[in-house]
Amino acid sequence: MLNNLIRDRGREGRRGYTLPRFDVERVSLEKVLPKKSLRKEKPRLAEVDEPTVIRHYTNLSRENWGIDTNFYPLGSCTMKHNPRANEAAAAVPGFAGLHPLQPEAQTQGALQVMYEAQDFLSEVSGFPAVSLQPMAGAQGELTSILMVKKYFEDAGDEKRTTVLVPSTAHGTNPATATMAGFGSKEIGLDEHGCVDVEELRAMVDETTAALMITNPNTCGVYEHNIPEIADILHEAGAFLYMDGANMNAILGRMRPAEAGVDVMHFNLHKTFSTPHGGGGPGCGAIACSEALAAFRPDPVVEKDGETYHLARPEKSIGRVAGFHGNFGVVLKAWNYIKMHGPELRDVTDMAVLNANYIRARLRGTYRIPYDELCKHEVVVQPPKGKKALDVAKGLIDHGFHPPTIYFPLVVKEAMLIEPTETESKETLDDFIGAMLELAESSSEELQEAPINAPTRRLDEARAARQLKARW
Amino acid sequence: MARFTPHTDEDIREMLEAIGADTLDGLFADVSPKFEGELDLPPALSEYEALSDVNRLAAKNVAGLPIFLGAGTYDRITPSSIGPIISRGEFLTSYTPYQPEISQGTLQAIFEFQSVISELTGLEISNASVYDGASAVAEAALMTARQTKRDPKVAVSAGLNPHYREVIETYRVEVVELSQHNGTTDFSEVPEDVCGVFVQSPNYFGIVEDVEAASEAAHAVGALAVAVCDPISLAVLEAPGNLGVDVAVGEAQPLGMPILFGGPYAGYMATRPEFVRQLPGRICGETVDEDGKLAYVLTLRAREQDIRRAKANSNICTNQALTALSATVYSALMGPEGLREVAELSISKAHYLAERLQEAGFRLRYPEAPFLWEFAVEMSDVGQTNEALLENGIVGGLDLGDGAMLVAVTEKRTKRELNAFVEVVANA
Repeated sequence: MLNNLIRDRGREGRRGYTLPRFDVERVSLEKVLPKKSLRKEKPRLAEVDEPTVIRHYTNLSRENWGIDTNFYPLGSCTMKHNPRANEAAAAVPGFAGLHPLQPEAQTQGALQVMYEAQDFLSEVSGFPAVSLQPMAGAQGELTSILMVKKYFEDAGDEKRTTVLVPSTAHGTNPATATMAGFGSKEIGLDEHGCVDVEELRAMVDETTAALMITNPNTCGVYEHNIPEIADILHEAGAFLYMDGANMNAILGRMRPAEAGVDVMHFNLHKTFSTPHGGGGPGCGAIACSEALAAFRPDPVVEKDGETYHLARPEKSIGRVAGFHGNFGVVLKAWNYIKMHGPELRDVTDMAVLNANYIRARLRGTYRIPYDELCKHEVVVQPPKGKKALDVAKGLIDHGFHPPTIYFPLVVKEAMLIEPTETESKETLDDFIGAMLELAESSSEELQEAPINAPTRRLDEARAARQLKARW
Repeated sequence: MARFTPHTDEDIREMLEAIGADTLDGLFADVSPKFEGELDLPPALSEYEALSDVNRLAAKNVAGLPIFLGAGTYDRITPSSIGPIISRGEFLTSYTPYQPEISQGTLQAIFEFQSVISELTGLEISNASVYDGASAVAEAALMTARQTKRDPKVAVSAGLNPHYREVIETYRVEVVELSQHNGTTDFSEVPEDVCGVFVQSPNYFGIVEDVEAASEAAHAVGALAVAVCDPISLAVLEAPGNLGVDVAVGEAQPLGMPILFGGPYAGYMATRPEFVRQLPGRICGETVDEDGKLAYVLTLRAREQDIRRAKANSNICTNQALTALSATVYSALMGPEGLREVAELSISKAHYLAERLQEAGFRLRYPEAPFLWEFAVEMSDVGQTNEALLENGIVGGLDLGDGAMLVAVTEKRTKRELNAFVEVVANA
């Protein structure tokens, strides 16, 4: 049975790995450790041989879909092809075997990678300062807002208690504001799905610390008023933070610093194609203006003549990671950028072309709440009477990973489709064909889906009600 | 044209026509301010050229030598079977398992990871992992504040890794440091208003702490007890869940992840069932599908940011699925006996080294304290000693900055390397 757990495949006494022999005397634990500190019962881990381990996890992987197996147009997640050169780079022993606490003279190659990666992100964003420390997008957000917090504390400005968040924002934005010690207020949208500038003007006051904007926003629409939005905030002494989850839409076409953004985060695992790995590891590097640079987390990489070294920014918020962040992810993104150079703009052009093509071809069958130029993703709604969930599960039977559904929250039955630049016209046409066919299917039929997946629909309520989270 | 994009000029023309746009530039008519120039990045390299650069820079690092550095990440054996499994495209190139019907591989792997962590810690509920050990510690600090409804203020043992302590503070939690005697923490004077008491064992100096004393001290003031544990140590040390601990957290790197200049690793977090609603991050649970078939799904989602937004337990979304998978595969390959052997090999070699050093006239910083595979040894000039070690092809220990070197010994180090270490250090 495929669903057996690894522990159920074993038998007491089996071993999957042979360790080196003891070449020194085996120490008696009772002699060197207090008796009461010693473990009394051995952990009930799997006891299996290596062939069983390989077969078990290989079979498990076959119950998973990835970009390698299927088109994966998951909105806001940028599921583009992951070049294997990136994996090769991170596996090089000269990096894989490098300890983060080795003296800097021994780690110059790694520090140079970090320094150049900082430089590349600086060029792409237009900002003078970068930090590679945050280990995920959400931590990049938190880092950015903590920097804003520290800025106001440093300035002795105690009135700044509120962060504004558009109703289209990722849930991480308001959660981040709370973690950083701010309250958050939601701000409405104009008819284009963009931040309502008049509402913003009315809301911003001396208690406003920042606005967290996603650009293009989670409807896939470019925030066309962004320079004006920045002006409104700056006039009130507040900052504009940009969630860079959607950078794949603007590489080489627009630089956030030039639009008045003060601080932003990248998702290197999205835009620069380090793999998502089933949900991580990622990297949420941040970039910021001169005013915020001194507050970046510890450490950053600086260059002194031909030597690279780690430094703590003068008014740093402190560390956000145990060592230097997810270096392996930075290395992959660095490699990806080196393989593209200024042609990064083509990445964006093709991503935007693909999304608009889908928009054009679904128009008339699917409702498109913001039917204007979109950027790298487009939000659509199924024909009346059909549920996004059912269409999504129907797509699985056609061999397509569903788009993001029920997000953004402001669009009912939302299906957020992000095709990315690495998909061919034939793949897009097949996907569009499936979408159009599903629009014609009966709701009863759709509710049965998926029937061609490793499992049928799951009883999610049961998982919560009778929580069983371990063997 | 970028290299991973399949479109021909003809494709582009047809697609623009379908859209009703004349040019690619036209697709950016709504963008302002536009960036009109060319990005000032080095010219695009072929894969071969890019990887040549990787190798050129890798050669500027000192790697491949025996390492005696630890302090939170350890140069342990990574079995060859892990790489091919985590390189499977179905694991590598998937996203967070939001569509469980086509994500059972990732979900079951998470379920198994949680099970391994539960077994090691003796605590019933583990999450799917967080970014690293430091962020796990900081998230635990916030969790204790939520659970006790007290202000975020924690007492930490003097032996807590200083980087972990710093991340707790970055997350806006006040830290009170408890005093130590001979390398072990004194838990007799815990302030009454803290929400959590943190004990790391083995601690930053490699010493086994009295975890039970920390638990009792925490509970005496109505706080939660949090243990920070190296997962390999739990093969030989009592599970924190059996020592009164409420939350166990730590760095899962020793379970099969390369040291890779600090990351990516994975942090683990486990707790008692009564605190599950305050646990941050993903949790995978068992259920059935419509046909009654056993399956797995992300559960208790109402704690999370995409649903609760400003009221969520944390802003964390992802776990570290791929590195957590490394830990799961590692523990399967090792099993309980293999894990114990990794621990005993490391302990035996570390004690061998400590004895040889003492015979050579060096003094341990905490000679009476019980340690596993890491210890502080006093030296007049650690920097100079490390230079001498490097000249002899050895990466020495961590300079503690106060006349002592923190030395870590793993199962990788051979007796020959240990003897060479002593010889160089004695003559430095």
